[in-house]
Amino acid sequence: MWRYVVRRLLQMVPVLIGTTLLIYLAVFALPGDPIRVLGGDKPMPPAVYNALRHHYHLDEPLIVQYGKYLWGLVHGDFGQTLSGQAVSDVLKTDWSVTARLALTAWIFEMVVGIALGVWAGRRKGGVADTVVLSGTTMVIAIPTFVLAYSAQLLFGLKLGWFPTAGTDDGWPYSYLLPGIVLGSANLAYVARLTRTSLVENFRSDYVRTAVAKGLSRRRVLVRHTLRNSLIPVVTFLGIDLGSLMAGTIVIEGIFNLPGIGGQIFNAIQIKDGPTVVGIATLLVLVYLFANLVVDILYGVLDPRIRYE
Amino acid sequence: MSETTEVAATAQTGAVVSGASASLWSDAWRELCRRVTFWVAVVILFFMGLLAALPSLFTNLGPNGHCDVRQAKQRPASWNPFAAGEHPFGTDSHGCDYWAQMVHGTRAPIVVGFLVTGIALTLAIVLGSLSGYYGRLLDAFLSRVTDIFFGLPLLLGAVVILTAFPSHGMFTESFVLGLLWWPTMTRLMRGQVLSVRDADYVQAARMLGARDLRIMVRHILPNAIAPVFVYAMLNVGVVIGYEATLDYLGVGLQYPTVSWGLQLSQAQEIFTDYPYLLVYPGVFLTATVLSFLLLGDAVRDALDPRLR
Repeated sequence: MWRYVVRRLLQMVPVLIGTTLLIYLAVFALPGDPIRVLGGDKPMPPAVYNALRHHYHLDEPLIVQYGKYLWGLVHGDFGQTLSGQAVSDVLKTDWSVTARLALTAWIFEMVVGIALGVWAGRRKGGVADTVVLSGTTMVIAIPTFVLAYSAQLLFGLKLGWFPTAGTDDGWPYSYLLPGIVLGSANLAYVARLTRTSLVENFRSDYVRTAVAKGLSRRRVLVRHTLRNSLIPVVTFLGIDLGSLMAGTIVIEGIFNLPGIGGQIFNAIQIKDGPTVVGIATLLVLVYLFANLVVDILYGVLDPRIRYE
Repeated sequence: MSETTEVAATAQTGAVVSGASASLWSDAWRELCRRVTFWVAVVILFFMGLLAALPSLFTNLGPNGHCDVRQAKQRPASWNPFAAGEHPFGTDSHGCDYWAQMVHGTRAPIVVGFLVTGIALTLAIVLGSLSGYYGRLLDAFLSRVTDIFFGLPLLLGAVVILTAFPSHGMFTESFVLGLLWWPTMTRLMRGQVLSVRDADYVQAARMLGARDLRIMVRHILPNAIAPVFVYAMLNVGVVIGYEATLDYLGVGLQYPTVSWGLQLSQAQEIFTDYPYLLVYPGVFLTATVLSFLLLGDAVRDALDPRLR
């Protein structure tokens, strides 16, 4: 078991290096000189310009810059934003907002998604099944930002059930509407996956045996069928945390939440490379760890899987 | 051919079996024709295709044509667009006729949707076949590269890379999205190739002296492609949704181009007072994405006899 975890952790290293390198190259290939942007309209004395370039290692070859960045990262140093603040400080303040938002969305899609999936999957072709299948297809088809604006208009402004923007009402109230919108598309996938998986497993031999033994419907569903059906759902939920984090780029802007999603978008606009790479690295780390946790959870759900 | 099938059927059942022959594809086609959702999707997509190919059939205004700021933000006379008036769908914040803009805005998302899927599908077929067929080192290498791209959240990657590009046309956007889109399809393709690689008919072809390329193209590909192709069809809709999101974020297509995503982006500041600016392009966008999803779903169900 532990050997497996260590091996997986080691496998994460090249992926992390590759992903950060990709983003690093993309960010520093951005047209325009960030130091000139920093100076604004005023011409900058050459001495200051060169000193700033040196300070941010911009006068060295790209690959050396990246090496230095990676070296700092290993020591927990995310570098400095172009306005001189430590990137880790920016992350510290904004991280909690994004984490709350993503977590709200995640819990919502997990609880409601699995519940809907079970409701639909109990009887294939029934009313519940049809309602859930068509409803979820509809939700997948609406782009998140259209859904966000519509929800803001309807539930925020017209009906007044939720705050429309900002975090003044704290967790969970301020995060409910953005969280629900962020999680809705993935909720549809969770519900459909649970439903399909249940329908398939209902036809398997072990379920027939359980029914033949005279177990109650409920016990057959919860202890026998659902446990096996949840394996693909857990995989999806794990992978999903990464896409939820990326989805905050859109949602945080619309609902005016001061998180890292909005932060990275602004940073891209003003060509603040260190901030972009720092936040992106963090997002990738979250994603990779979620995958690791999922793989370990497999063993809990399916005792046939053993880690050597 | 049909005669021999009939003879065989007679031999097996002892009586003449009436009805058409039942190869996988003809069977799937008959199953498709029975489905209402399939026809709804086909009709909607045909309409959207017509809008994209021949916009002049539906409006006599050019893209961004006859815009008059003095007529900006005129609400449609009624919610029924056939009740007419000069601007049945109102005008946007620049005073352009909203219907004309929506008609001209159809081409970009549909072209991008097909281009991205085409690029990703081509990469997936080539890389997936190579990786699945040859295995070993090549497979290990390609799988690690896939992991790296997989670790990068799609939206984040697209925003970062697109900002780095100096031009923002349809082809740039398709190129960037296509480069980020292939990992999922490649994994699917690789799995498919692996599952048929050791089949008896492949062994037979090899023993008859067929070369690797011939085995891959003539024997493995036709038997491995179906699920990947269905996924690609579903995918066109998803790409269209992403395209709109990138336009909305301001890193996708830019002004003289007209697209639904840009219209929605333009509407974001004022939609609370002029909800029709959000609703109309939103409905067009959703209907198109939905149709691709329904089409893909229908084809998959028809091809998979286990689901009947």
